[in-house]
Amino acid sequence: MGSFLLAVGGSGDFWYAVPLVIVVSLVYSAIRHEATVPILQQAWRTAVWITGFMAAIFIVLAIMTWYLRST
Amino acid sequence: MTDTPPKPDGQPTVNLKDPILAAILAWLVPGLGHLYQGRLAKAVLYFVCIMGTFVYGLYLGSSEELGWGRVVYASWRPNDRRLYYLCQIGAGVPAMPAIVQAIRVHRGNDPLGHFMAPPRLPGESHGDSVLLDDILRQMPRRFELGTIYTAIAGLLNLLAVLDAGFGPLFPATAAKKPDGADEPPPEDKDG
Repeated sequence: MGSFLLAVGGSGDFWYAVPLVIVVSLVYSAIRHEATVPILQQAWRTAVWITGFMAAIFIVLAIMTWYLRST
Repeated sequence: MTDTPPKPDGQPTVNLKDPILAAILAWLVPGLGHLYQGRLAKAVLYFVCIMGTFVYGLYLGSSEELGWGRVVYASWRPNDRRLYYLCQIGAGVPAMPAIVQAIRVHRGNDPLGHFMAPPRLPGESHGDSVLLDDILRQMPRRFELGTIYTAIAGLLNLLAVLDAGFGPLFPATAAKKPDGADEPPPEDKDG
């Protein structure tokens, strides 16, 4: 669990992902819609999906790291 | 002049004008192709998002000592094949000074300043005064982050180019027709 907390709170590099998630979500949504409102709605859903996917991968890696260190 | 076909769920029809010209313009400068097509909101969105990402990546890969824009450079030297540039060139004109710098260095001339110049490798007698090892030693994390930012900006602009050339790709669920409407007509049964 220490590695999880360290990665979330102790690493400033984590925050570099935030602008990328926003930009990728907006551009990806913009190629799928033409009107502004559907673009923003889809961008929100895409950002949530990307964040959730990254969080899932992060948790898996954190658990693997914790397991490998404890054995 | 090309119009996209009628769109589902009230999406507006897009006048693509000359799609090839729009795609080329969109590649050269993010958002310019959409501006040519009169799609102002998308032009602004693409320009701000893509150029913002690209410029921020350049900023991350810069320092007063080593120079600006060190993360974007073209190089095909045996010890430094810069594959990231294939992604970065997707941003168009903003990444093109790297080609000029690479050609100058390849011909044995000094680059024009440090901006987007390929850093010198150990053993090279000409080229930029800054060694690649110095860059990697002094700002390793920022160099990686800047490279990722600029590469993603280039790849995102390729999506914008597709949007300028072909119009928006509407979600499959929105384009789905009523039940039975998309079924093929029954085959004629002779005998």
